[in-house]
Amino acid sequence: MQTLDLADIELREMNATLHAQAETTNQTAWEIVNPKGAHAIACGIDAPIEVTVKGSTGYYCAGMNKQATINIKGSAGPGVAENMMSGKVIIDGDASQYAGATGHGGLLVIKGNASSRCGISMKGIDIVVHGNIGHMSAFMAQSGNLVVCGDAGDALGDSLYEARLFVRGSVKSLGADCVEKEMRPEHLELLAELLEQAEADAKPEEFKRYGSARELYTFKIDNAY
Amino acid sequence: MTDTFNGAPHTAPIQSATFSNPVNAEIRRAAATGIYDIRGGGAKRKLPHFDDLLFLGASMSRYPLEGYREKCETSVSLGTRFAKNPIELDIPVTIAGMSFGALSGPAKEALGRGATLAGTSTTTGDGGMTNEERGHSKKLVYQYLPSRYGMNPDDLRRADAIEIVVGQGAKPGGGGMLLGQKISDRVAEMRNLPKGIDQRSACRHPDWTGPDDLEIKILELREITGWKVPIYIKVGGARPYFDTTLAVKAGADVVVLDGMQGGTAATQDVFIENVGQPILACIREAVRALQDLGMHREVQLVVSGGIRTGADVAKAMAMGADAVAIGTAALIALGDNDPKWEAEYNALGTTAGAYDDWHEGRDPAGITTQDPELMKRFDPIEGGRRLNNYLKVMTLEAQTIARACGKNHLHNLEPEDLCALTLEAAAMAKIPLAGTDWYPGKPGTSY
Ligand SMILES: Cc1cc2nc3c(=O)[nH]c(=O)nc-3n(C[C@H](O)[C@H](O)[C@H](O)COP(=O)(O)O)c2cc1C
Repeated sequence: MQTLDLADIELREMNATLHAQAETTNQTAWEIVNPKGAHAIACGIDAPIEVTVKGSTGYYCAGMNKQATINIKGSAGPGVAENMMSGKVIIDGDASQYAGATGHGGLLVIKGNASSRCGISMKGIDIVVHGNIGHMSAFMAQSGNLVVCGDAGDALGDSLYEARLFVRGSVKSLGADCVEKEMRPEHLELLAELLEQAEADAKPEEFKRYGSARELYTFKIDNAY
Repeated sequence: MTDTFNGAPHTAPIQSATFSNPVNAEIRRAAATGIYDIRGGGAKRKLPHFDDLLFLGASMSRYPLEGYREKCETSVSLGTRFAKNPIELDIPVTIAGMSFGALSGPAKEALGRGATLAGTSTTTGDGGMTNEERGHSKKLVYQYLPSRYGMNPDDLRRADAIEIVVGQGAKPGGGGMLLGQKISDRVAEMRNLPKGIDQRSACRHPDWTGPDDLEIKILELREITGWKVPIYIKVGGARPYFDTTLAVKAGADVVVLDGMQGGTAATQDVFIENVGQPILACIREAVRALQDLGMHREVQLVVSGGIRTGADVAKAMAMGADAVAIGTAALIALGDNDPKWEAEYNALGTTAGAYDDWHEGRDPAGITTQDPELMKRFDPIEGGRRLNNYLKVMTLEAQTIARACGKNHLHNLEPEDLCALTLEAAAMAKIPLAGTDWYPGKPGTSY
C-alpha cells in the first residue's frame, strides 16, 4: 500500500503520481490521507489500481475515471465520478449534487444519500444509491441504470432518453416524459446483479421501474421550412 | 407603376416596412404550421458591423511600410497564462467549433486540412472528436460542451487546447438541436443515443453552475490533462465586460467571444435574430475588462461573428482582439451555398446564398449532411486547398492594411488607426466618428 498525504504534497503531485501508474503497474493499492475536502482528487486515472481516500472530498473526485476502483471513506462533494468511463467508485458517506454526471460507464455506488441531479445526462454509467436521491435526478439521462434503494425527489428523469431508473421507495414527482414502466424478468435480473455488485441489501421485486415515454423524441418539424 | 389608375390620380400602393412581404410570409407560415422556424447560419438582419469602420492609413504623422516587401508579422500565441504548451499559430484566423453531426466527416477533415496548411487551428464541436479531424489537424481545440456528447479523457488528452463552451453568439442562453434526419449510426453511437431521434444539446453544463464552480471545473480539467494545454472559455456576445471578467477569474487562458452574427448549425430563427449583441459592440468591452484586470494580451481574446475578410480581421485586431475565428465563411470557402448547385437549391425551395436549412441534412454541397450520397460530392482534399487559399487571402489583406498603417505586426494595429462611419458604430466600437475626434459616450464629453 502506497500512501499519498495531502498534508505533505500538492494536489498536482498526487494526481501526477496516480496518472503515472500504467496498465501493468504492480503498485496497485493507494491510499490518500488528509483529503480535507480538496477538489479534483484522483481524477483522470487510467489504470486498474485501487485508491482509498481516507476522508471527505470536494468537487469532482474520481472525475473521468477509467479502470480504477476508488473508495471514498467519507462523503463526496459535487460531481463525484463525473464522466466516468469505467471502473468503480464507492462512497461510504453521502454525495453532493451531480453525482455520476454524464458518466459513460463503470459503477458508482453511494452508500448514503445523493443530492440533486444525481446521474444527470448519464451516458451508460450504472449508479446505485443505498439511500435517497434529490430533485432533478437523471435529467436528460441517455443510457445506463440508476438504482435508488430509498426515495427520489421531484422531477425524476425529466426529459429522459434511454436510461433505466429503478426506485424502491417513493418518487416525489416524475419529470417531463418520464413514466412508470413494466418490470420485466430481464429488468429483475439486471437489478439483482447491480444490487449485488453494490452490496445493497434490497430485493429486486421491491423496486419500480421508470423510463422514457419517448414523446419528446421527435421535434415536430415536418411542416417547417 | 403610373400615378393614375383607371385614368384618375391615384396613390401608389406602398408596402409596409413593418409588415414587409417576408414578415407577412412568415406570419402565414406560422399560421399554417403552428411551429417556429428552425434554421442554421447567423443573424441575417443588417447590423452595425466592421463595414461601419474604416482605417485611416498613414499620413504626415505616420509612415507606412512597403506593401509586399517589408515584414508584417501575423503569428500569435494562445494560452500563455497557465498552459505549459500554448498554441502557436502562424496566422490569427482560426477555425471555429462546428459539430460533427452538423457537418459531415469529410467536411471536418477539410477544415483540418485547410487550417493545417495555413498554420492555424481548428476546433471540434458538439458531438465529440472524430479521427478524420484529429488526424488532419495539426492544432485541434476540443470543445467541452454542456451536452458532453462523446466526451472522454483520451480525446481530452489528445487535444491541443480545450474550449469550454458557455455560450454561442447565435444563441446566448440556448442549447442545440440535431434533428433525427442527421443521426446516422455513427453520429448516434458517438452521442450514446438511439438512431434517428432528435437530439437536444443542453443549454447549461450539467455539473457546474456559476463562475466559482467553473473555476473548480477548470482545475479538474487541468489536473486530468497535466496542466499542459490551454483552456479557452467561449461566450456569446451578451454581457462582454462581465463575461470576460468572470472568465478570467475562473482561470481561462483564452476568452472566445462570439457576436450575434455568429453562425449556428440549428436554432430557432427568433433566437438568432433577437438575442445577443453584434460583435462590434462586444470587442471593446471585453478588452476593457481585460485591461481593468491587467490581463490584456496575458489572457488572449479571440473574437468571431460575421468575419469575412482580412479587413474584418484587421479591424477586430485593431480593437484589441488577439485573433479571430470563422465558421460560416469557412463553410462558404469549402463550397457551401455555391451557385453551381442553384437548381438543387431551388428544388429545396431556396436559392444559393440563402440556404440555411442545414439541420435537415439535404445540403446539395454535401457539407452539412450525413447522407452518404450527398457527402460523396464533397472532396476533403479540394476543400482543404480552398480553405487554405481563402485563409491566405484574408491574411494578405490584413497585412496590406497593417502595412498601410505602418505596423510590422498585425497585433500593433490599434483603435487610433480607425474611424467610424455611423454614430451607432462609433458608440459601439468607441471609435471616433469620421471627421471628428468624438464618439458618443466618450469620457470627458457630456453626451
Ligand atoms: C454549422 C455550424 C456548426 C456550429 N457548431 C458549433 C458547435 O458545435 N459549438 C460551438 O461552440 N459553436 C458552434 N458553431 C458556432 C461557431 O463556433 C462560431 O461561433 C460561429 O460560426 C462564428 O461566426 P461566423 O459563422 O459568422 O464566422 C457552429 C457554427 C456553424 C456555422
